[in-house]
Amino acid sequence: MSELSVNHLLGIKYLNEKDIQLIFETADHFKEVINRSIKKVPSLRDITIANIFFENSTRTKLSFELAEKRLSADVINFSAGQSSVKKGETLIDTVNNILSMKVDMVVMRHPNPGAGIFLSKHVKAAIVNAGDGAHEHPTQALLDSFSIREKLGDVAGKNVVIVGDILHSRVALSNIFALKLQGANVKVCGPKTLIPKYIESLGVGVETDLKKALNWCDVANMLRIQNERLDISYFPTTREYTQQFGVNKNLLDNLDKEIVIMHPGPINRGVEITSDVADSKQSIILNQVENGVAIRMAVIYLLASKIK
Amino acid sequence: MSQKVLLSSKEINIILHRLACQLLENHLDFANTVLIGIQPRGTFVAERLTKILKEEYGVKNIQLGLLDITFYRDDFRRGEKPLEATETKMDFLVEDKKVVLIDDVLYTGRSIRAALTAIQSFGRPSEIELLTLIDRRFSRHLPIQPNYRGRQVDAINDEKVKVMWEEKDGKDIIYLKNK
Repeated sequence: MSELSVNHLLGIKYLNEKDIQLIFETADHFKEVINRSIKKVPSLRDITIANIFFENSTRTKLSFELAEKRLSADVINFSAGQSSVKKGETLIDTVNNILSMKVDMVVMRHPNPGAGIFLSKHVKAAIVNAGDGAHEHPTQALLDSFSIREKLGDVAGKNVVIVGDILHSRVALSNIFALKLQGANVKVCGPKTLIPKYIESLGVGVETDLKKALNWCDVANMLRIQNERLDISYFPTTREYTQQFGVNKNLLDNLDKEIVIMHPGPINRGVEITSDVADSKQSIILNQVENGVAIRMAVIYLLASKIK
Repeated sequence: MSQKVLLSSKEINIILHRLACQLLENHLDFANTVLIGIQPRGTFVAERLTKILKEEYGVKNIQLGLLDITFYRDDFRRGEKPLEATETKMDFLVEDKKVVLIDDVLYTGRSIRAALTAIQSFGRPSEIELLTLIDRRFSRHLPIQPNYRGRQVDAINDEKVKVMWEEKDGKDIIYLKNK
């Protein structure tokens, strides 16, 4: 059988379409495994994985940790807040110290774009990027596409709109790469100030009218406003943002067709999406979370099988 | 590369009928028994046996599961080729059931060891038996022996037993091949 074309998962940009299909097929098997009464397989019993998080995370960190444990890997967790990073240690030193304890794989989230790529060139371990600044969040994009495939049968040919803070979102960029690679049509929608210049060069359309965008799409992926990354004011008020770019039940009911609503979390209820939409049957937000564990198991399993 | 025919289509058919009768003798109405084909190639044997038991011996309600053992194998990262998973289809629990594991060729016994671990994810069976179409003698790495065997062969390590099925390969035949 085939194997991944890469030794690290640094971004969707470095994958090809076959890699994505292989990850999905493997995730299908793991999804069956995590729905058994005993949800664990012994495959990775001789692998040790360090989860290194220099930025806050709930879902991703738990999801990775659970995926690793379901594969029987040994897991160590490291959060920058309680570490020697604060005493001035460099990233490479920190990671090399961890690797000296015989660690085979590093799952890292870091506020700086390219941190994973940098690390992969300087240390001997398989690196999984769990989010690097506003750059990429590959496992999120994979689980998003996997969820679309599960709900609609296929990703190719589907119309997907990504709504919200495109400028600061790593989820948006990884999703664009992943969806385009699989042959989906992609548009982004949001305030002009939050849409990067030249985004069309990635082959995506831009729409500033939410209603038009929703009428066009099969799937709407609603993103959160990344308040922690907003250095200046990009729109007048949150209330105005919600009026123009928030999805509510009334808006959805007045569309020509029923669309699928996704959200990578965390949700700001009442801002980008109202509660009745988030909890409606059109929403696959919790399926995304479940699929996240299966996708991360697949990625870790496939990367681990390449460790010699 | 040379090959000789180990079993012809007719011989395979006779052996499958004999194995079905042996299962019937021990399990009668299969009320508390489940058959489990080991993926990928044990499932053909399991499906054939189920068909014979249902159609020719009138056994109703046979429970058949297909078990993938990839994630339970002990050679992860050790082989040349990556391991490829296949589908697991187990619509029932094996708690307190009699389980018959079914595979095509028993060689080192490592697949069966993996299957014994994998089956634990679906409960605690009251007992587990092993049925194999071809038993390669003198080649076991583990203390595992079949309860039901189709044909025992002495093959040296350089030789490979190749089982072909009509459903997949166009006809039923088993070869002994030199690698």
